[in-house]
Amino acid sequence: MSDGLVVSSSPHIHSPEDIGWIMRQVIYALVPGAAIGVYFFGLPAFNVIWISVVSCIGVEALLQWLMGRAITVKDGSAALTGLLLAMNLPPTSPWWLVVIGALVAIGLGKQVYGGLGNNPFNPALTARVFLLISFPVQMTSWIVPRPFLLRSADAVTGATPLGAIKTAVFMHGNLAAAGKISLMDLFMGNVGGSLGEISAIALILGGTYLIYKKIISWHIPVIYIGTVFVMTGIFWLINPGVYANPVLHIFSGGLMLGAFFMATDLVTSPVTVFGKVIFAIGCGVITVVIRLWGGYPEGVSFSILIMNAFVPLINRGTRPVVFGAGR
Amino acid sequence: MSFSKEFTKGIWELNPIFVLVLGMCPTLAVTTSVKNGLGMGLAATFVLLCSNIVVSLIRSFVPDRVRIPTYIVVIATFVTMVDLIMSAYFRPLHHALGLFIPLIVVNCIILGRAEAFASKNSIWDSIADALGIGLGFTLALVVLGSIREVLGSGSILGYPIVWKGFKPILVMILPPGAFLTLGLLSAIFTKINNTRA
Repeated sequence: MSDGLVVSSSPHIHSPEDIGWIMRQVIYALVPGAAIGVYFFGLPAFNVIWISVVSCIGVEALLQWLMGRAITVKDGSAALTGLLLAMNLPPTSPWWLVVIGALVAIGLGKQVYGGLGNNPFNPALTARVFLLISFPVQMTSWIVPRPFLLRSADAVTGATPLGAIKTAVFMHGNLAAAGKISLMDLFMGNVGGSLGEISAIALILGGTYLIYKKIISWHIPVIYIGTVFVMTGIFWLINPGVYANPVLHIFSGGLMLGAFFMATDLVTSPVTVFGKVIFAIGCGVITVVIRLWGGYPEGVSFSILIMNAFVPLINRGTRPVVFGAGR
Repeated sequence: MSFSKEFTKGIWELNPIFVLVLGMCPTLAVTTSVKNGLGMGLAATFVLLCSNIVVSLIRSFVPDRVRIPTYIVVIATFVTMVDLIMSAYFRPLHHALGLFIPLIVVNCIILGRAEAFASKNSIWDSIADALGIGLGFTLALVVLGSIREVLGSGSILGYPIVWKGFKPILVMILPPGAFLTLGLLSAIFTKINNTRA
């Protein structure tokens, strides 16, 4: 070893990629989105992020110790789940909400199935939906974003763009009551919403980095967002008074965050390219159905979880034929 | 098999909920509170006791081919009695349990015990079996109901027991909460059983 000559069997070239490396890359890719969240929502948002990351790591270590498994918090998967969970919560979430979310994400979303690689559902989304159903008031109180330098003492509550659209259509039957929603604000992140979902540009940047690093393939995000665009576009052409335009739909809500970072979760998405296409179209259709006709203003988290349930079936249905074996 | 052994096996080794995993429909549906769980458990225990006695008494002359319809008729008789008695004397509970009282007729635990035990054993053993299984069912429903009521409504038997500022975890009294609690309790039950064995 000392002279650098290693005698071993093949393979002789190995990739430096391991779980820790992949998790770190995804965390780097999420940093812009999280930073924009902190910029617009201030200290409370920062607190949600660190409480979530710390409690996810703590819960993972505690549960693995209790179950007598090897403690693997160093691979960064718990930290990533923590960061994703924080980005899916309202910036004003109280600390106990974040801690319950961490317990559900790591405990019920991951460790009960046997840990990393065995969970059928995305842990952070499992926790988000658990919290959304359990604490509807805390999970749907949004504050109006204000950049760091223009901050006054009191936070003002307001609706998210999708929430405003839903209320307007429900109360008045048309979009006019939702007021004007600036596409530029949606793109940059100057809107109300979950901590990490507001800025489309930051999330697209992070997602592009992951595609460039070949950690995720382009199929799921592009087809997911494309399906939402086409489907909302069709309804917008039919009746623009009731259905919002497709550009607004793809830049609002959790679509960018969900399409780039949650639907592409390596553990809970299909293996084959054709499987990914089916998965992404399914996510898109369910998202649009919930957004346009459902009780909730946003359907990204539900749609990804529902499609997660179909992943084993999709994998089985799209299994490639072994080379040389006839049909 | 002694009376006490037949009795205790239903509570632990053959617990209908955590070991046999029977009767899931009422288990998941009615355990939103301790009171509902207790009411359901006692109603099912009464039906189970009576049907076990009758099935055990008629076991020697029921033709094999028509035994299942016969058991159903016997069980349905007692369920009708429970339904009418509850509707007369326990209005609110009857209202809360609703459809799940008539559904005791097709409860797998009761039919299962008639088929697997009472039709093959003496009346004395059948009584022990019915009481044990019934008690095991009731205890399981009460445990499930208390966990869900404390977490989901912040009360027990209707009395608030939590500090100021406590936010109930609504999902626990909704259907997903039933599956989560049942799954975790079954896991703990299996763990204890494996450790003891």
